[in-house]
Amino acid sequence: MKLTSLFASAAVALGLVAGAAAADTTKVGFVYVGPVGDGGWTYEHNKGRLAVEEAFGDKVETVYVESVPEGPDAERVMTQMALEGADLIFTTSFGYMDPTINVAKKFPNVKFEHATGYKQAENVSVYSARFYEGRAVQGHIAGNMTKSNIIGYIGSYPIPEVIRGINSAFIHARKVNPDVQFKIVWAYTWFDPAKEADAAKVLIEQGADVILQHTDSTAPQAAAQAAGNVVTFGQASDMSEYAPFPRVSSIIDDWAPYYIARTKAVMDGTWTSVSTWDGIGAGMVGIGEISDAVPADVKAEALALKDKLASGEYHAFTGPLKKQDGSDWLAAGETADDGTLAGMNFYVEGLEGDIPQ
Amino acid sequence: MDLSAINPVLLIASLMVAATPLLLAALGELVVEKAGVLNLGVEGMMIVGAITGFAITVESGSPFLGFVASAIGGALLSLLFVVLTQFAQANQVASGLALTLFGLGLSALMGQSYVGVKPPSTPKLDIPVLSDLPVVGPILFGHDMVLYFGIALTAAVWALLKYSRVGLILRAVGENHDAAHALGYKVVRIRILAILFGGACAGLGGAYISLVRVPQWTEGMTAGVGWIALALVVFASWKPWRALLGAYLFGGVTVVQLNLQAAGVAIPVEYLAMSPYLITIIVLVILSADKSGAPAALGRNFHASR
Repeated sequence: MKLTSLFASAAVALGLVAGAAAADTTKVGFVYVGPVGDGGWTYEHNKGRLAVEEAFGDKVETVYVESVPEGPDAERVMTQMALEGADLIFTTSFGYMDPTINVAKKFPNVKFEHATGYKQAENVSVYSARFYEGRAVQGHIAGNMTKSNIIGYIGSYPIPEVIRGINSAFIHARKVNPDVQFKIVWAYTWFDPAKEADAAKVLIEQGADVILQHTDSTAPQAAAQAAGNVVTFGQASDMSEYAPFPRVSSIIDDWAPYYIARTKAVMDGTWTSVSTWDGIGAGMVGIGEISDAVPADVKAEALALKDKLASGEYHAFTGPLKKQDGSDWLAAGETADDGTLAGMNFYVEGLEGDIPQ
Repeated sequence: MDLSAINPVLLIASLMVAATPLLLAALGELVVEKAGVLNLGVEGMMIVGAITGFAITVESGSPFLGFVASAIGGALLSLLFVVLTQFAQANQVASGLALTLFGLGLSALMGQSYVGVKPPSTPKLDIPVLSDLPVVGPILFGHDMVLYFGIALTAAVWALLKYSRVGLILRAVGENHDAAHALGYKVVRIRILAILFGGACAGLGGAYISLVRVPQWTEGMTAGVGWIALALVVFASWKPWRALLGAYLFGGVTVVQLNLQAAGVAIPVEYLAMSPYLITIIVLVILSADKSGAPAALGRNFHASR
């Protein structure tokens, strides 16, 4: 009996300490779709989290849960985080969109930030990066590098973000190489190294000598390396362990500045629900070093393209562009508006196959 | 649509590679279940095998040592299951699930310094004339040793269970442990050996993913193969050759559907993506019409005092 009461009082005391500590630290939660060691998407989000810790030191406490399936499980994890006193929760995958909105309704005092989605609420911000700008640079290099004129593309899920990437890469590959063709495989997963490797092998067997991926692991890089003469690009993270070949460049997501700014906003009480969509210019999308496997003139052109995208002088979706069915989309010189891009559900002219609905 | 882009020889060769981890894990679990033990920790043992094999291969430079180590690693993890279920009499389902969760965590910890490391490649069989034959060469004689080992193991497990005394005893323990005990067989000891065998096979299967199929180490890289292996054992009605068929079907349809997608076949991708599961289940359910049931003592703990 005495022992139990001792434990009980100890627990109460601990609770008080924790409560007191919670009062002046800001607790930030992160929900990840893959493991932090995936070397790609989640790895970069986790780097953002570590940057937040470094920026604010003792004033901030971060928690994260990795490999959370998109769906009801995500809701459970978010609810748990909110119950444990998180002030700000970043949910870092498209499939967390509805769960985030649902949980946010139940916790009006907790701020939520959902990556790559489009549903906002009073306490839910959305943020994403204009990866398609990076894809434009990638497409430019890919179109120049391919000898078989077949470029393989490993898609994850047929959502606007991925379709934008395919279109942007295709447009810019065609610009430099009118004979180029895309073979697209949908993996229906963000992270499954074995499946991603299989997909890459299949594309290579069918003649692709450039592989673009929109999945999170480095498995396609390994498959390309084994094949020997196949070019790849790092996705979400630099994946520089496969440089200078097969990985000739990469798209890097840099979330740290955004995460730090938003955490600061919560601390200052200035947080409002916003929709952020930054690209190369704002530094949210980085282009990893273009390796020497790329000819110098192609590299120079790619960097020039990157600079023009960054300054806003050039938009990755500039007309004249037609949709896959041949109907007009953008007139000459016209650029795509963000609304269309955010909900993009069509291929541009020249791409083969249908988007799974 | 351009079906000519699909090279059937390469397709068959790569489906064999895709099927091998599944086959190895399923064979191990089959023996475990034949002994009357339900070990749901296959996924955990696979991933631990994957990192053990990977780490040892990188450190020693020898894929052979790596594969041996992966079997040992998987078996060591299954020892935990042995302690829980055979000595502490814990619930097998819960212990198996715990094993998977533990294995996933442990492997992530063990693998921290191996992310992004490239393993030495596993040598492939290279018989001068045979491996260069046009069609047969790449399919039959162009693989690594572990793939052949998987097929040989299927034959061995089948022969052992069907014709040998050891197999008979193992099955007796799985069907009715009390009767086996009354006959003087060491039920617990036999089960422990079966569980260790299952762990070793799962470990090998995991290492096959990290050393041959992908080859690299990434956290959580088995991504559910262990669970498919578990299901496969049931649908194969605990028969080794059917497990082989199921694994090849599953691996095959997985690779075929990616090929069809890349070739631009006008079948909705959702159907293609679910086809491996669907086709494997349908074929094996049709095959299991002969009503061969589960081992009668499956999942029941045994203690000599009862």
